[in-house]
Amino acid sequence: MMRNFVLNSTVQVTLVLLVSLGAQTVAHAQGRRGPGGPAPTAEAAAPVDFTGYWESVVQDEDWEYRMVTPRPGDYAGVPLKPAGMQIMNAWNPAKDTAAGEQCKSYGAPAIMRVPEHLHITWQDGQTLKMETDAGQQTRLLHFVPSVGAAQGPRTWQGYSVAQWQFQGRTGRFGTGAPTWGNLKVSTSDLKAGYLRKNGIPYSENAGLVEYFDLVQVPPESNGHWWMVVTSVVTDPVYLSSPFVTDDNFMKLSSAAGWQPSACSAMW
Amino acid sequence: MASKQSPFRAAHSAGRAIILRGMTFTIALSLCAAALPVRAQIVSATEVADLSGSWISPATNDVLERDEGPFTDDFVGMPLNAAGRALAASYSAGMLAEPQRVCQLYDQWHYSNSVFNIRIWPQTGGPTGAIQAWKLQPTEDNGGMTIWMDGRSPPSKYANHLRGAFTTGHWKGDMLIATTTGMKRAPARDNGAFHSDESTMTSTFIPHDDMLTIVYVLHDPVYMTQPYMYSRAYVKSVTRPIGTKYPPCTVNYEGTPQGDVPYFPPGKNPLMHQMMQYFHVPEYASAGGADTMYPAFRNRLKAQYLKTYSSFPKKCTQYCTNFRFAQPVGNLPQPVESPAAKSGRRKAK
Repeated sequence: MMRNFVLNSTVQVTLVLLVSLGAQTVAHAQGRRGPGGPAPTAEAAAPVDFTGYWESVVQDEDWEYRMVTPRPGDYAGVPLKPAGMQIMNAWNPAKDTAAGEQCKSYGAPAIMRVPEHLHITWQDGQTLKMETDAGQQTRLLHFVPSVGAAQGPRTWQGYSVAQWQFQGRTGRFGTGAPTWGNLKVSTSDLKAGYLRKNGIPYSENAGLVEYFDLVQVPPESNGHWWMVVTSVVTDPVYLSSPFVTDDNFMKLSSAAGWQPSACSAMW
Repeated sequence: MASKQSPFRAAHSAGRAIILRGMTFTIALSLCAAALPVRAQIVSATEVADLSGSWISPATNDVLERDEGPFTDDFVGMPLNAAGRALAASYSAGMLAEPQRVCQLYDQWHYSNSVFNIRIWPQTGGPTGAIQAWKLQPTEDNGGMTIWMDGRSPPSKYANHLRGAFTTGHWKGDMLIATTTGMKRAPARDNGAFHSDESTMTSTFIPHDDMLTIVYVLHDPVYMTQPYMYSRAYVKSVTRPIGTKYPPCTVNYEGTPQGDVPYFPPGKNPLMHQMMQYFHVPEYASAGGADTMYPAFRNRLKAQYLKTYSSFPKKCTQYCTNFRFAQPVGNLPQPVESPAAKSGRRKAK
């Protein structure tokens, strides 16, 4: 009898613990949702805030290929296949302009490398909108992908699916509310374009994965917020290995410096 | 009835009461433990990412700076002040032959600006095997970095500055933020743009799936007007651990007489035209300065650059690629068509 009692008590304790932890897990997995409430939007669940105005800061990082139009035939740093070299060597900006394709170097695999300003806002609770002044492009980052949307026409910015990557979760099993996070974006359905202004190509089969992070400079001392974008472009047609780059943006307090300009095939 | 209770049964009842009280206490304690967001418990358990492993630096980003090394007058995008620019323009690589400067490249900043792979591992210790520090070793040269996580205090600001400097770290989410102080004066770029020994460096390690992004920021109140920042992506090696190519730099004699300091007087450096020669970047841009970091600087460059662009060679002949047969091999001109390929094309016509 005593053995049964002890057994029962142990089972009860275990059950209570499991129920309690389970409730904690569910509550945290729901983000800020209250019991029985609607699922939180991506905006409500955001562990960090990317909204606002941002400015490219090009501190040497491929300055010669970003701040000016690269030399014809220069593809340093790009693991270009021979098929890609043929395209690059045939680059003709006047022809691109005449064909109405002067935005070829402003597609998603290249746009974060263009010296520019960004304006990031929430289009709705599940879609982050990223506008550029250079080339006047708009990227939509979908946290809830529409069914069949990715089968639409190919565009310079393609179709981007976004997800938060939560960090620093609380709770003894790491299931609690996150204290930090970053954004991961996967883009497909691209229209073929250029990785660099001088005609280094990517094909419509290219894929793009990006990680957006926030860091404070100097850290933890009310310094400037910076956004660091790590990009991985893969292309089975023109690239022999992934093209991996990092780009930095500094947060601005206003729209000052925002200078919309049309796409240019030459500059 | 009580009198009929056997001594064993009485003891049993007393024991049950004790067990019951114990269980009640345990349940209450468990409920409290489960309900509280016990932050103290999570610091070592969930706010720490595992950075350990071999991380490969793809030769796809900032390749001119990191692969062959920068041109002698390539200070574009550097927030140099007048003193920093003057010092950089006077630099002669012959300085590296002086015994006291043989190893000056290899400070803590240096591994950020070359194509170095990095091995990272935790240093554990104490009775619990806690992580006391994270250790980093790049592919070559310097003695690596030790990021102390045990809360130790930095050396006095009057202490001798060493190449290894002193680095402490803390976590923010899954990001490890490391702060380096006590640095030696050393080139911030290998072409002689120096940072001072009053510099501090912040390295933020950000893990992403099978990648690691490291953001390096240099703060130098002496030679720079703004923070100097690099970010680098690394890909985790799944095949083999990386090794180091070379031993740590050692001081030796390379023939420069004692007391000679190779340098160029102001305005006499004959190598200050390479950016124009190879990349058509005018001197007011290659000299650097904070304004060269921002998009608006393109407005200043545009007219002159586009005017001369039509005169650029139609084929790239030097420093055109660092890839050959899908492998990074250093800066090379574009491959020349082989005779066989040319003859094959003629036949096709």
